[in-house]
Amino acid sequence: MEILLSSDKIADCITNLANEIISKATRDNQIVVIGVRSRGEILAKRLAEVLSKKLKNKTPCGTLDITLYRDDINNPQGESQPVVRSTEIGFNIDDKIIILVDDVLYTGRSARAAMDALIDLGRPKAIRLAVLVERAGREFPIHADFAGLKVDLPADKSVQVNFVESDGKDRVIVI
Amino acid sequence: MSKKEFIWNRKHLIGLRELSREEIEYILDTAQGFEQVSTRSIKKAPTLRGKVVVNLFFEDSTRTRNSFTLAANRLSADVIEFTQKSSSVSKGETLLDTARNLEAMGIDIVVIRHSAGGAPKFLSRNINACVVNAGDGYCEHPTQGLLDTFTIRKIKGSLEGLKIAIVGDIAHSRVARSDIYAMTKLGAEVTLVGPPTLMPAKVSQLPVQVSYSLDAVIGQVDVINMLRIQFERMGTNPFPSIKEYSHYFGLTVERMKKAKKDILVMHPGPINRGVEIESEVADGTNSVILQQVTNGLAVRMAVLFLVNQAAMAKE
Repeated sequence: MEILLSSDKIADCITNLANEIISKATRDNQIVVIGVRSRGEILAKRLAEVLSKKLKNKTPCGTLDITLYRDDINNPQGESQPVVRSTEIGFNIDDKIIILVDDVLYTGRSARAAMDALIDLGRPKAIRLAVLVERAGREFPIHADFAGLKVDLPADKSVQVNFVESDGKDRVIVI
Repeated sequence: MSKKEFIWNRKHLIGLRELSREEIEYILDTAQGFEQVSTRSIKKAPTLRGKVVVNLFFEDSTRTRNSFTLAANRLSADVIEFTQKSSSVSKGETLLDTARNLEAMGIDIVVIRHSAGGAPKFLSRNINACVVNAGDGYCEHPTQGLLDTFTIRKIKGSLEGLKIAIVGDIAHSRVARSDIYAMTKLGAEVTLVGPPTLMPAKVSQLPVQVSYSLDAVIGQVDVINMLRIQFERMGTNPFPSIKEYSHYFGLTVERMKKAKKDILVMHPGPINRGVEIESEVADGTNSVILQQVTNGLAVRMAVLFLVNQAAMAKE
């Protein structure tokens, strides 16, 4: 097991993500943050808090469940039984700039599913992808607009993101 | 048991009698995730895209059939509507031949309603497609039982310790049976209320109490589920007159005065207004009858999703 990010580094990454997002944001459209369940949800909440402080304005934050949009849902080779949960976005996404947040970007399949799900909810001005870890190995033409850390790992390794809220501690490890 | 540890592996939903508490709760939890599909601008998810669902209805139905059709449509499945009157069954074709012919067209899920108890079970043993029971004889109507339970859980938070009365024509009610299995497994105390002639023959084998007086029960219960008198299933009159039945077992405005303020009034539909329930009560503030219909959609989407998942996993 190799530690990619410690608790302090994760906090730094979130601050850097927020700074980058603000530096590239336009003033005409409101930024909203939407996290992909389940760890993207936690990351999104933390990111929205930092953005709210820096922008001195409450940044809306929602949660997206992508289970129904996964392309492996009818595939018996899928990793495990998907659990359908609720999407909780308490605001209109029309004409907003959505910062779509996930913990790891790897094949790009989750990001694609998330974009499909978002498009069924409304017509955002733009969708930007922010991830804590961007890993090489894309299967779809998708890239992160904002990444806390970029890594290239062998295919037999997996990146695991732990957060205090769900796992008792903050860390990113390779196993 | 957390949802992540739980594996749903049933490719058929025949009845709630055979399901565990964990399985019932898993369906209800899954249904929660489907509720929001119906509330957004594009009321569709691609989950069953490329799948074919057949509504194989050998008995008349409006609510259940339309609910299953809409549920399948919202999951992007193709739907074949089949009714006995417009099919080769009217020419003498058997249930199994009908199903096998449909299966030869590449169907994935059969939703069946049949007057013969056990028809869905029989079908599930003889075809490869998933089978979902939409009502069989006097046996079960599992998705109605699930949507009733879902509605109660959503409003009351839990069924644990709740007192529930199911009133009326229990003998002919597959809804009552599915309700009893689901509600008692989730911790509710169920009392069946009705005239002795409308109680099932083996009522003592069910995990319920029995009362022949609605007035004795109405003040005690948190939920009351009023059943329709199924005149079409009766050979002889089980009570002297409709007027007398209504007098003793109808849910009237007057009788509601004895009920708890927050009692939930349920009815699986279709309602015989003025017989088992007065219009003022059916449309009153305690009524959740229309919420039951709405919730039925989410529950049926969840069931179609889950049986398909189990079928995929077994391939």
